[in-house]
Amino acid sequence: MRKIVIIAVILMFGVQLQAQDKNAKATIEVDGVCMMCKERIEKAAIKTKGVKSAVWNVQTHMLALIYDERKTTLDTIHQRVADVGHDTEKITATEEAYNSVHACCKYRDEAVVNEH
Amino acid sequence: MHYHRFLLLAVYLYVQIIQAQEKVTGVIYEGSEPDKNVPLSGANIYWEGTQTGTITDFNGAFELPYKNEYRKLIVSYVGYKTDTLSVTEPGFIRHWLLPEGTLDEVVIQNRKQTSFRSYLEAQNVTNVSSAELLKAACCNLAESFETNPSIDVNFPDALTGNRQIKMLGLTSPYTLIAIENIPSIRGASQSYGLSFIPGTWVESIQISKGAGSVINGYESIAGQINAELQKPTTDDAFFVNAYAGNDGRYELNNHLNFKLNEKWYTGLYLHGNLRDAKMDSNDDGFLDMPLAKQFNLMNRWQYMDAQNGFVGFLNIRYLTDQKQIGQVDFNLDTDKFTTNAWGGEINTNRAEASLKLGYVFPEIPYQSIGVQAAYSDHKQESYYGFNVYDIHHKSFYSNVIFSSIIGDSRHNFKTGISFSSDYYDEQVRNTDYLRIENSIGGFFEYSFDNLGNLNLIAGVRLDHHNQIGTFVTPRVHARYTLWDKAALKGSFGRGVRAPSIFAENQQLFSSARTISFVTTAGGRFYGLDAEDAWNYGISFLQGFRIFNRDADITFDFYRTDFVNQIVVDWEDPQQVLFYNLDGSSYANSFQTEINLSPAERVDVRLSYRLFDVQTDYLSGRLQKPLTPKHRFFANAAYETKLSEKGSQWKFDVTYNWLSDQRFPSTLSNPEAFRVSERTPHLNTLNAQITRVFSPKFEIYVGGENITNVRQNNPIVGADDPFGPYFDTSLVYGPIFGSMYYAGLRWKM
Repeated sequence: MRKIVIIAVILMFGVQLQAQDKNAKATIEVDGVCMMCKERIEKAAIKTKGVKSAVWNVQTHMLALIYDERKTTLDTIHQRVADVGHDTEKITATEEAYNSVHACCKYRDEAVVNEH
Repeated sequence: MHYHRFLLLAVYLYVQIIQAQEKVTGVIYEGSEPDKNVPLSGANIYWEGTQTGTITDFNGAFELPYKNEYRKLIVSYVGYKTDTLSVTEPGFIRHWLLPEGTLDEVVIQNRKQTSFRSYLEAQNVTNVSSAELLKAACCNLAESFETNPSIDVNFPDALTGNRQIKMLGLTSPYTLIAIENIPSIRGASQSYGLSFIPGTWVESIQISKGAGSVINGYESIAGQINAELQKPTTDDAFFVNAYAGNDGRYELNNHLNFKLNEKWYTGLYLHGNLRDAKMDSNDDGFLDMPLAKQFNLMNRWQYMDAQNGFVGFLNIRYLTDQKQIGQVDFNLDTDKFTTNAWGGEINTNRAEASLKLGYVFPEIPYQSIGVQAAYSDHKQESYYGFNVYDIHHKSFYSNVIFSSIIGDSRHNFKTGISFSSDYYDEQVRNTDYLRIENSIGGFFEYSFDNLGNLNLIAGVRLDHHNQIGTFVTPRVHARYTLWDKAALKGSFGRGVRAPSIFAENQQLFSSARTISFVTTAGGRFYGLDAEDAWNYGISFLQGFRIFNRDADITFDFYRTDFVNQIVVDWEDPQQVLFYNLDGSSYANSFQTEINLSPAERVDVRLSYRLFDVQTDYLSGRLQKPLTPKHRFFANAAYETKLSEKGSQWKFDVTYNWLSDQRFPSTLSNPEAFRVSERTPHLNTLNAQITRVFSPKFEIYVGGENITNVRQNNPIVGADDPFGPYFDTSLVYGPIFGSMYYAGLRWKM
């Protein structure tokens, strides 16, 4: 009986895996200010294995993603974007990562934001 | 003043308060007047993802409680752009909210370059906008390249006023000329086709030097020129252009565009031109320019369904063009095919239709399918003196392009198949030539973009052509950014083309020359083989700042190496000899171009280019005749500041210097019928002034060839056009002197 349950659970997982979308779409908010940020954000996202398309809108701060759910998760993408210094709606970039962005991209600085 | 002090005091007090109570306070200002601090009352402010929010008061001030988990403050107001502010600690905030549409206004204030090269594209492409096209009289596509140093324009004969373009030192048949990516100026329309596209119909032009993309076919050798036409969705609802020149030429253009419903748009484009005045400014008894009449009509249908990802175009076009050339006294009714007077007619009728459908997968924006199909029926009936030349060319072209990604959007590909069919029926003097060409092929083009300093396009196509056989056309382009604003580009690729030697060299009929061939066994084109060449190119683009404005400099070098070429040998003044290349034939082209803006609203473009075009003729290796080795080009444009009503003045001047050129040998002619060994060099100057009264109405006046440079005796044996030495093909410069024109543009 226990075996049957395990098999059933595995099967269900299997079915769920099948149902995973290879062209999953998501839009997440990523902070940034300029076209340089755009290049950095999109590059970080697309270099994540499984991400097929990443387009960041400099005005709305929204990053539109298409990714293969079998190969990556949204959390991984959040992490990869935060790793290059950009805060996402879920993960705040570390001070170290943030400091690595170009001076004109310091989106946490009110003066820089106002310049754009 | 008091008010401001009061505000400052209030703000100061607020700050005191927040620090005590963990609050965020601030003032929201109207952002369109950043210097004036106009407060914006009634703006919404709330913490992202919470119910905590407020509205600014009459002084634009607000106050909100602050908690550590609050990060983003959303500020919004109807008619303004919503802003998100990162707030990490309690404190005081001043923020200027920008009105909706401010960004667009900024774009308008920032003058766009009317002609530019991309720092990012792998191909060496110059984009020419319609604003650039307005800098010259530019009545048709053939005349649209006057302000572009990459394209040389010359007159192949002394009679038709026809302009031929050259790219990288090679005549237009070696350049693939497409209208909206459908190869169009080819076969029968090769000689006159560019003059059949009215200038006002052209929205923009892309000039791509070197190998080009494989998607549009295997024919391009020196490069590709693509003209995008006006689209009903973006063109003015109503447009009229009238033009008159003192060479007796009148033109009228009219565009009408309609939006039928949310998805369907249609446009009607009409063009007519007329030249009915006989001009013979050099008194050689021959018309400097033909008498001409053209009527040209196009109807476009555009379908846009952005939601479902469908776009479509349907084009229908009809053209009729008549030219009369030859001696001033020539009378069509009484002198045709007689020795009363030398004359000729070139009558063209062309009908064409094209259909384009595109589908972008709504769920997957990087994936799309495009289908295009075009049919044209081109009929030219002409005679040049006693030489009859008729051509009927029916052409069908189609392709399907699928584009998507491999893995992610850094790796794109385009693949598809194409099929084309051409039917040629020619009557050349008394000989008939009938030829059917069918070709089917598949292509694959991969492009890689590392989203930074490198991109690469590698394409290959495999075609089967019923006359040429099966062949492979590879083409590769790469762009590498060495440092800031520096793009190094390289390319190489093959091109193969089926020659239409008579249609491409119609000037030979206006001469006493006989037509001869050195045919080879198995030659499928008039006993000759297809043309086959490799092109290699490298270019370097560097952007820089000078006079506190953007500027750029380009250097490029291209070499075209022919594996086979149909050599058109004019070296014997008694004949034109066609034969397959035996030996080598190459064209080297070096060009440098600087674009800069020395003062506000002043643009200067300077260019120098060098051609070395040599071919192994039967008589030995020679520089290509009538091709200037050096060219210097300068263009300056100035416009006054745009007034509030939208009026301004625009000034444009173009100067060209061409070095001397080699005449084909005329040594075997008697002394009186010889031309010198080399031509003199040429200086020409064009200028135009445009007065824009409002965005709706403008007039322009201009002059071409203001320095009045003329080739004095462009026709050899003009006194005896039926004699053995008559030749109109030895032309190096303008035949008509200065030409002045005026025109207007009115749109609604």
